[in-house]
Amino acid sequence: MKLPPYADLLGATLQWEDGLPVLAMPFSADVLGRPGFVQGGAITGLIEVAALAALGHQLAGEGGGRVKPINVTIDFMRGGRERVTYAAGTVTRLGNRIANVEAIAWQEGRDKPIASARMNYLIARG
Amino acid sequence: MKIENALSDLPGMEDVRFGGHGGRLGIGYHAHGDDWCELSLPYREDMIGDEESGVIASGPIFALMDIATSLGTMRKLGKFVPHATLDLRIDYLRPAKPGHTVIGHGECYAIKRSIAFVRGQAHDGDPNDPVAHVSGTFMFLGEGA
Repeated sequence: MKLPPYADLLGATLQWEDGLPVLAMPFSADVLGRPGFVQGGAITGLIEVAALAALGHQLAGEGGGRVKPINVTIDFMRGGRERVTYAAGTVTRLGNRIANVEAIAWQEGRDKPIASARMNYLIARG
Repeated sequence: MKIENALSDLPGMEDVRFGGHGGRLGIGYHAHGDDWCELSLPYREDMIGDEESGVIASGPIFALMDIATSLGTMRKLGKFVPHATLDLRIDYLRPAKPGHTVIGHGECYAIKRSIAFVRGQAHDGDPNDPVAHVSGTFMFLGEGA
């Protein structure tokens, strides 16, 4: 799976856990928000890349397709500190035209999410 | 122009520095009013989310609107108070045109003791043809507003 240039801007890399994509973004000055914390936009960007990776992975198994974001709603639960941030998406429904995806970002562990998002995507089947 | 220009006349700004992620994205000051702020996000190839079309990823537009609505809140408050994004929803009405600068307009429409309520729109040249619409909340840290 190839990530877009924007993932490089975030410094994010793709890992695989149990056959599913997980994004990892080290802390750097490029993702800093208020002093000592990761900027919410960088966390959201990482979550969106993770959501697209999860969706792309599942879509590839069904013949592929193009994806357009419709919206994202995100809750920030904890500040992102100066350490690696991870994000992973879960496709809750993949329909013919719409996909519903949930994603979280975490640092210490998945059971302590720093942000949680849900997204709707428009699908053009390949 | 630097993002700081949006708030440079406000008390509490003495030690506040912008840079970080907003700086990496090239976000700059565009305009402001009593309860709103506009920032610019020039097109850059390293923000591309879809290489086939050259359309930028949605993340930079989210970051633009997060910062613009945050600054709009400080304008309405009339001082700088530490705050954090509680939630933000963004609707992507259409892709931003490749090569175009995106302008983000962030407005604070209500401030309560702990929470500020915000909304905003982003466009890539014509404010009447927006690319995105946001709404969300910020919480004040420490003693509150």
